[in-house]
Amino acid sequence: MVDTSVKLCDIQLKNPVIPASGTFGFGHEFAHWYDLNVLGAICLKGTTKDPRFGNETPRIAEAPAGMLNAVGLQNPGIEAVLETELPALRKLYSGPVIANISGFSKEEYVFCCEKADQSPHVDIIEVNISCPNVQSGGMSFGASAKDAGEITKAVRAVCKKPIFMKLTPNVTDIAEIARACEANGADGISLINTLLAMRIDIKNRKPVLANTTGGLSGPAVFPVALRMVWQVYKAVKLPIIGMGGVSCPEDVVEMMLAGATAVQVGASNLQNPFACPEIIDGLPPLLERLGVSRIAELIGAAHY
Amino acid sequence: MKKGSYIIENTQQIAKNTYRTRLKGDTSAIVAPGQFVNIALAGSFLRRPLSVCDWDEKGLWVIYKTVGKGTSALSKLEPGQKLDLLTGLGNGFDMELAGSRPMLIGGGVGVPPLYGLAKRLMKQGVRPLAILGFNTAEEVFYEKEFAELGCDVVVATVDGSYGQKGFVTDAMPQEGTTFFYACGPEPMLKAVYNRTNTSGQLSFEERMGCGFGACMGCACRTKYGAKRICKDGPVLMKEEVVW
Repeated sequence: MVDTSVKLCDIQLKNPVIPASGTFGFGHEFAHWYDLNVLGAICLKGTTKDPRFGNETPRIAEAPAGMLNAVGLQNPGIEAVLETELPALRKLYSGPVIANISGFSKEEYVFCCEKADQSPHVDIIEVNISCPNVQSGGMSFGASAKDAGEITKAVRAVCKKPIFMKLTPNVTDIAEIARACEANGADGISLINTLLAMRIDIKNRKPVLANTTGGLSGPAVFPVALRMVWQVYKAVKLPIIGMGGVSCPEDVVEMMLAGATAVQVGASNLQNPFACPEIIDGLPPLLERLGVSRIAELIGAAHY
Repeated sequence: MKKGSYIIENTQQIAKNTYRTRLKGDTSAIVAPGQFVNIALAGSFLRRPLSVCDWDEKGLWVIYKTVGKGTSALSKLEPGQKLDLLTGLGNGFDMELAGSRPMLIGGGVGVPPLYGLAKRLMKQGVRPLAILGFNTAEEVFYEKEFAELGCDVVVATVDGSYGQKGFVTDAMPQEGTTFFYACGPEPMLKAVYNRTNTSGQLSFEERMGCGFGACMGCACRTKYGAKRICKDGPVLMKEEVVW
């Protein structure tokens, strides 16, 4: 019998597979397809202080082995998420919940993280300082070590629960950003968010996305994500949630060998609603073939 | 909603760049005309959403224009090949709103879901007026099929090469209908919206991520807040549409 459980900070996950923020709503749509309790944890849709409609459409574009999105943080606002969406999710799901918080100012991050910290339904707070879609926000915080450190420090001051800072890959030195988060009190690092990208419609000669640019995700970005998880594992002592193009049990193992304690599955959920349970079911036979009895022994095992 | 494997039974070209494919498999998740399926195709990451033209207990028909890589690949698949589909997606048309004389207004590949609707309305003893609009004669399809159901059919082409010359709105009667169902490109839907006096339902198209309500890729504004075209639509009431 293979042990697939991992520990994120002090929170026990029955397996390391977590649907990624923005690809899973608040869980309700996927409850139609399968029992959510098979998941290691659930990461909620990115949440801001006020309700947001997001960007204009089209917000979605095809890419080789992946997709672009420019949803722009559509969400009902922190109050509705904590008071309506989460209690509704709790009727279907009893495992760990990761709230994902975005903001356009330090004050907004602090406001939302404090609220999430007080919710009995939230176990971990993931702070998105990396969404590339919102022109006045996310991008700039995650793109500099100084700003990333400042946001970390500010949310740390109001949160008792574990804080994972979610990093953007659109930077020169990911290790430097991760170190700034660690130095300012983060409990963990989540990476990567999407890669800034675009497509052009060759018939009308205009960008496909109404927002011009969007974030690339899917299997195309997996090797980039893996490289960055590797670099961050070398740079900090914090647990890492690795994500970016994970689509099969082998990807989970690879991410963990690079240094991830847990793994998020994003774009694959949209292509195949059963992506997460299929990956989870595929882990024990794969681990047996690899001669691994405890999945946790894989974490960082490729480092020399 | 269901996910399953479907077998291509046949594919026919029915007009210029327009194909009809019959897919054999479980149709139990399809509950209303105007719903759609989301088809996984080799070589594409995202599925391709296509409205269901018609269905029976053994399978379904989709009609599509080969506008890009995905739909071109679909049109070239051989009978016997398997495809993975999500079926029973979206809300579909509400047939109870039809009244005694509904008008069905379709533009181009917006026509197919209205065929499944017309067939079921006729079964309920309601005889619709179908107005089918195309750009030009060689793109016209399903005039005969609608007529064979027992509908009254009017075809309009923009260039006048077949049927009445002009847009669907030029072929619409000013009175005598009880409700309308429309599906087609957005400029057509807007023109229909502005030219109709009765209530109606409009089916919208949008680029989708998942097709089942999770990713918020296809959001639209309505008078009652943001809705998802894939989950809360694709059919919206005329009264809730914001242009």
